[in-house]
Amino acid sequence: MPDYDNLILPYSSGDADKDEGLLINEIIARSQQPIPDPDAWLQGVDHGGVVLTTVDAVLGWARKRSLWPMLFGLACCAFEMMAAAGNRWDISRFGMEIFRPSPRQADMMIIAGTLTWKMAPAVRQLYDQMAEPKWVLAMGSCAISGGTFSESYSVVPGINRILPVDVYVPGCPPRPEGLYHGLLELHEKIQKQGYLKDNVHLPRLD
Amino acid sequence: MRLKALAGTEAAPRIEEKLSGSVIESNEACMVVNKDSIAGIMQLLKESAEFDFDYINNITAVDNFDHFEVIYNVTSIAKKHTLCVKARIPGRDNPEIPSVTSIWKGADFQEREVYDLMGIRFIDHPNLKRIALWEGFEGHPLRKDFL
Repeated sequence: MPDYDNLILPYSSGDADKDEGLLINEIIARSQQPIPDPDAWLQGVDHGGVVLTTVDAVLGWARKRSLWPMLFGLACCAFEMMAAAGNRWDISRFGMEIFRPSPRQADMMIIAGTLTWKMAPAVRQLYDQMAEPKWVLAMGSCAISGGTFSESYSVVPGINRILPVDVYVPGCPPRPEGLYHGLLELHEKIQKQGYLKDNVHLPRLD
Repeated sequence: MRLKALAGTEAAPRIEEKLSGSVIESNEACMVVNKDSIAGIMQLLKESAEFDFDYINNITAVDNFDHFEVIYNVTSIAKKHTLCVKARIPGRDNPEIPSVTSIWKGADFQEREVYDLMGIRFIDHPNLKRIALWEGFEGHPLRKDFL
């Protein structure tokens, strides 16, 4: 078996072709035997590791670590949400990388932007189509209170007029770090929430 | 494409020649016309060889308390010139103006937007209903007396 601890390969010293040849020859010399498949443990005895926990703790952990947001943005806050999903801030570190385009597969809704009364029935319908348990995060001033448009004739003054909100993230728009702070707070909330969540049942909108 | 802005004073005499009494006043920036003759003026602006305005950029409106103004920005892509025409609608109650949708199809949505937000009715518009706000909304929010 090759001695991996002492495997020091000759890296480039200037003459690229010559170094490449040395490297290949070195690998050939050290690779005369196949590496054994790491399956010895299959023959061993299962030591039966036991972990004691509660259903609530495991369920909360599972829920918060696989929170799938809905692919849904209303205004400029959506760009910060996209940046949060992109590779620089990388939302997949929190198990949330799958922005679902269907509400039936989503666990949470990030209301990113200004909600107008004309859009409100559509948002409410999307929320109703999401499976329980579900959470809502209000991102930015407009979603929280209507922001600068709160006195307007066409803007909903805060999405808590339409939906029950779990976390509010202020900012205009909040940076991705701000959104992450809100998401981690939501994770904490989900962990504390336990198995039996008091769901908010909204009256039917027909 | 470099466009030349046609002065209102330049266009007004040529309009008056064909449709006398239609132009109220004109200045460097625009030409203010009588609202009842707007359809005839727009037809002339589009079809005469000297103007040849084949494209409507924009229709908007202004609330001037005692009268409304509907503003048309038109461009000739062939002749490379533009013109601003304002149609004055006196009074505040039930403002109406002839539609130009039969001349430029692109006027359809813009006239609907003006109707929606300013409450000016366009006579002979094929589908005059609200476009941005919802059916049942009370009032026209860009009017000065809305709040």
